Amino acid sequence: MKQQLEAIRAAARTALNDCTDPNLLEKLRVQYLGKKGELTAILKQMGKLSAEERPAIGQLANQVREDIEAALAEKQQRLAEALLAHKLESETVDITLPGTTQKVGSMHPLTIVENEIREIFLGMGFSVADGPEVEYDYYNFEALNLPPDHPARDTQDTFYITDNILLRTQTSSVQVHVMEHQKPPIRVISPGRVYRSDAVDATHSPLFHQIEGLVVDKGITMADLKGTLELLMQRLYGEECRIRLRPHHFPFTEPSAEVDVMCFQCHGEGCRMCKGEGYIELLGAGMVHPKVLEGCGIDSSVYSGFAFGLGLERVAMRRYNIGDMRLLFENDYRFLEQF
Amino acid sequence: MNLSMKWLADYVDCGVSVKEFCAGMTMSGSKVERYDIEGEAIRHVVIGKILSIAPHENSDHLQICQVDVGGNAPIQIVTGAQNIVEGALVPVALTGAELPGGVHIKKGKLRGVESNGMLCSLGELGLTVHDFPYAIEDGIFLIEEDCQVGQDIHEAIGLNDVSVEFEITSNRPDCLSVIGLAREAAVTFDKPLKINEPTFHGIEEKLSDTLSVTIENPDLCPRYLAGMVKNVRIAPSPRWMRERLRASGIRPINNLVDITNYVMLEYGQPMHAFDLRYVQNGKIVVRHAKDGESITTLDGQKRQLSPEMLVIADAVKPIAVAGVMGGEYSGIMDDTTTVVFESAYFEPVQVRRTAKKLGLRTDASARYEKGLDPDNCQRTLRRALELVELLGIGDPVADFVEADHRKEEKKVIPFDPDWINSFLGTEISREEMVRILEALEIHVDGNVSTPPSFRIDLERPADIAEEVARIYGYNNIPSTVIHGVAKAQLTPQQQFLRKAEQAMVGLGFFGALTYSFTSPKCFDRIGLPADSKLREPITIINPLGEDTSIMRTTTLPSLLDVLATNYKNRNAAVSLYEIGKEYLPTGKNTLPEEPNRLTIGMYGESADFFTLKGVVAALLKELALPRCAYVRPNQTKQSFDECCALHPGRSAVILCGDTPIGYLGELHPTVQKAYGIGTRTYVAKLLIQEMADLAQTEITYQPLPKFPAITRDLSLLCDDSLPVGKLEAVIEQAAGKLLEQVTLFDVYKGDQIAAGKKSVSFSLRLRSHEETLTDEQADAAMKRVLKALAEAGALLRE
Repeated sequence: MKQQLEAIRAAARTALNDCTDPNLLEKLRVQYLGKKGELTAILKQMGKLSAEERPAIGQLANQVREDIEAALAEKQQRLAEALLAHKLESETVDITLPGTTQKVGSMHPLTIVENEIREIFLGMGFSVADGPEVEYDYYNFEALNLPPDHPARDTQDTFYITDNILLRTQTSSVQVHVMEHQKPPIRVISPGRVYRSDAVDATHSPLFHQIEGLVVDKGITMADLKGTLELLMQRLYGEECRIRLRPHHFPFTEPSAEVDVMCFQCHGEGCRMCKGEGYIELLGAGMVHPKVLEGCGIDSSVYSGFAFGLGLERVAMRRYNIGDMRLLFENDYRFLEQF
Repeated sequence: MNLSMKWLADYVDCGVSVKEFCAGMTMSGSKVERYDIEGEAIRHVVIGKILSIAPHENSDHLQICQVDVGGNAPIQIVTGAQNIVEGALVPVALTGAELPGGVHIKKGKLRGVESNGMLCSLGELGLTVHDFPYAIEDGIFLIEEDCQVGQDIHEAIGLNDVSVEFEITSNRPDCLSVIGLAREAAVTFDKPLKINEPTFHGIEEKLSDTLSVTIENPDLCPRYLAGMVKNVRIAPSPRWMRERLRASGIRPINNLVDITNYVMLEYGQPMHAFDLRYVQNGKIVVRHAKDGESITTLDGQKRQLSPEMLVIADAVKPIAVAGVMGGEYSGIMDDTTTVVFESAYFEPVQVRRTAKKLGLRTDASARYEKGLDPDNCQRTLRRALELVELLGIGDPVADFVEADHRKEEKKVIPFDPDWINSFLGTEISREEMVRILEALEIHVDGNVSTPPSFRIDLERPADIAEEVARIYGYNNIPSTVIHGVAKAQLTPQQQFLRKAEQAMVGLGFFGALTYSFTSPKCFDRIGLPADSKLREPITIINPLGEDTSIMRTTTLPSLLDVLATNYKNRNAAVSLYEIGKEYLPTGKNTLPEEPNRLTIGMYGESADFFTLKGVVAALLKELALPRCAYVRPNQTKQSFDECCALHPGRSAVILCGDTPIGYLGELHPTVQKAYGIGTRTYVAKLLIQEMADLAQTEITYQPLPKFPAITRDLSLLCDDSLPVGKLEAVIEQAAGKLLEQVTLFDVYKGDQIAAGKKSVSFSLRLRSHEETLTDEQADAAMKRVLKALAEAGALLRE
């Protein structure tokens, strides 16, 4: 009987070893360990054994059973792993095939740049003010120290609606609205559309965008203006960005300045991009003219302020290297998709 | 303003290169636009003398010249020019010469004959007949200057000046002059300014015996001076004067006219010269034009005058429009013998209005309208007469006639160095400030400063601060951070707008930006009813063209234009949005409303009514709007006029409660065709403010359900015409508060369904928040639902 048990163990081991099919595995389990299996058949003959033989054979029989069970379990595990591996293998996809398209859009490049500038100023404590685009002459010109017949009106070709109502030529008009409704301290920017009767070409559009900035408080200095604009330009164009202020004339600021940013291409040496200047004109700025403050009911002997106006198209075109302003308003999908 | 550097050198020696000069002037406030070095492109061109001219044997139009160019032997040049003569002095481009336009001269053979250079015309040297009035345009420049054979052309004809173009801002008319710019240059480079008071001898004679000046409107002309030159000999000006005028961009005419222009450029004060023969009775009257009066101006145009215009008249007629232009017959002619010089001050606004009304802007009016220095009138007149004597072209009378109605007012401005420093954020010493101001001829005395009469722009302490700052150097001002704290955040409206924009991007749409103005034709193009209010837009008086002549009352056509452009550009599928304003009139003399609109447009394979509706629904959810109803435009009074542009069976007005917040739909085939879009197109417009007002921005957390839900599905059969929305409403009404959600999952028409009918399937989720729902409770609710549905015409499908 001992030989029989050893024979079963050996046969089961071999059979299990050779088995590669999970279905066959189950058959083998039944064949060796099942109720009608070979091991059970042997154990049924235990009764015929003597009392001395019985414990030893019983022990052996249990060992054989455990061995077969262990071998079976191991084989099961191996076959499951092989099956999984095969399944994974067979499910392999070509990962270079394109993904299922999910639509994500984007904002217009001018909006992107405008938002960026808004964020910079929000961080500096500036609120955002809105103002009308169809505007009274008073807010666009007169309150900004540009009375009727002022020669500087010539530099802004204006669209008129009536003698007294026009399309604003500059976001500076919002300065006056803000100062009429808010007492200092004032820190606002005002982005928006402005209009001048320039024919459309690569660098002109009858409609373009500006961002106006206005700060009024006690003790505001021209050095503050310079510091603020430097900060803006460095946030916008990087820490190495340098600016310079050039004396200029705007009727609503005194002193007035044009602000140039050092050419990104040649770093001030002068090249084709900056037409040899080394600098590129970017915005106008200055200390708010006392007449403008007074006109809005702000005491210019107590308060001072600065203002600036930045052309958004110019910033965006420079940022994205767009050579023709018309692209911004044509809205070709292939253009818009790039931002 | 074009400045001749040679001329400038009369007044100041800056001691810097042209490049440094331009940079320095720009940074002190006189912006240089560009500079031109005269004859820069010309190399190796010399004066030659034509010794002989012989015909070319192989050509009937070429000639062979032997030309003396100052070398050991004459050189041979073949030319096609016909105007040359033996003995003439001509510009010769030698072998290796360079000419404007990148022309290089090489040795060569013309029809077999060697040619060692080229004879040049004015054009080939970059000149015109205005530079040398005696020369001709088509032919070799036959030089009549005082020059030597072999001399370099630059020297020989005075092509060695540098012309610097300044952008002079409207507050600095004093800088529209050589002396004004010299003064700025002297301060900028810290060099002395050399100014001589002009002097002349003149004939002793009492001028008031022959000439009188009367000013009828002293407010508009506070000062008028007249001088006289007798025995005038009209001729071309000397070369140096012509050169300087040329470098300044003014065409030389004759010695007298040139003097008036020369003096205007030098002193900034316009002058006019009248022929005394045409000043009737020797009377000069400054007065308003009379009704119906007209004048033919120097440019030969007859101009109707109106009574608000100021004229210079003689005893009977206007002879000049004050400060703008002289009359035709008052000017200088070849037989003029006695000349009256005018040097006056005219009130700026008056000149500007007149020039504008006549559509006639001149160098003179451009100066007068900015405001000149009345003190300058006499000095300028003296300078003109000095030049007359210097050039020997007539005999000036020593005496002037003058009408002077100026009021004595000395302008003083407080000078407070501490305030200036606190305003600029600088620490400039008082001494430094005084040095700067005195150099600018602003005299400082204690705590007051007195600007010179030519600085009409200086009125307040801030103006004085600017003078200090610009000479001290804007870029020497430190950079500081604004003191104090400020709180800032976007307003709820601004936040809402940003959220809407971000949602559109998340939904796969691209931002467009269109013009606010459009064509009045767009109303017909979208088929707007004739009586629509939208057809009454704000109109621009002076538009660039009809296409941009009205402010849009609807954003729809703008986006349709963009879709059309994209279709034309063969972009197969497009999804766009624009956030932009409409301009809705409120009255003739009031400002319009400018509400923001979100306009959406799409076409392409995946676009249909329901994709757009899905986009709109997702957007409204993101914007936290309460549930909205979609109503056919013709079934609500709350519709939009633009809905006529939509497919009547595939469009809806969106109502949030009672408020219409927008519309959506497929573009009407007629409109689609009108815009040249060859595919079905879907558009929507949403009203930003209305949505913002209705948005439920406050979010309160709802506890998660504790008890399980029961789901029941329903398949219904009803008439095809019965809207699913109606069924949904019936279900919601009948199911009561146990209904958590009702979801449509199928609509079917076709086989197994009778014609004119449809099958509609819903899934209902029922839940109680107090207890676990029993089947009996669910059944009861479903029974109510089925009863109500049956009444509405929908039966459970067997």
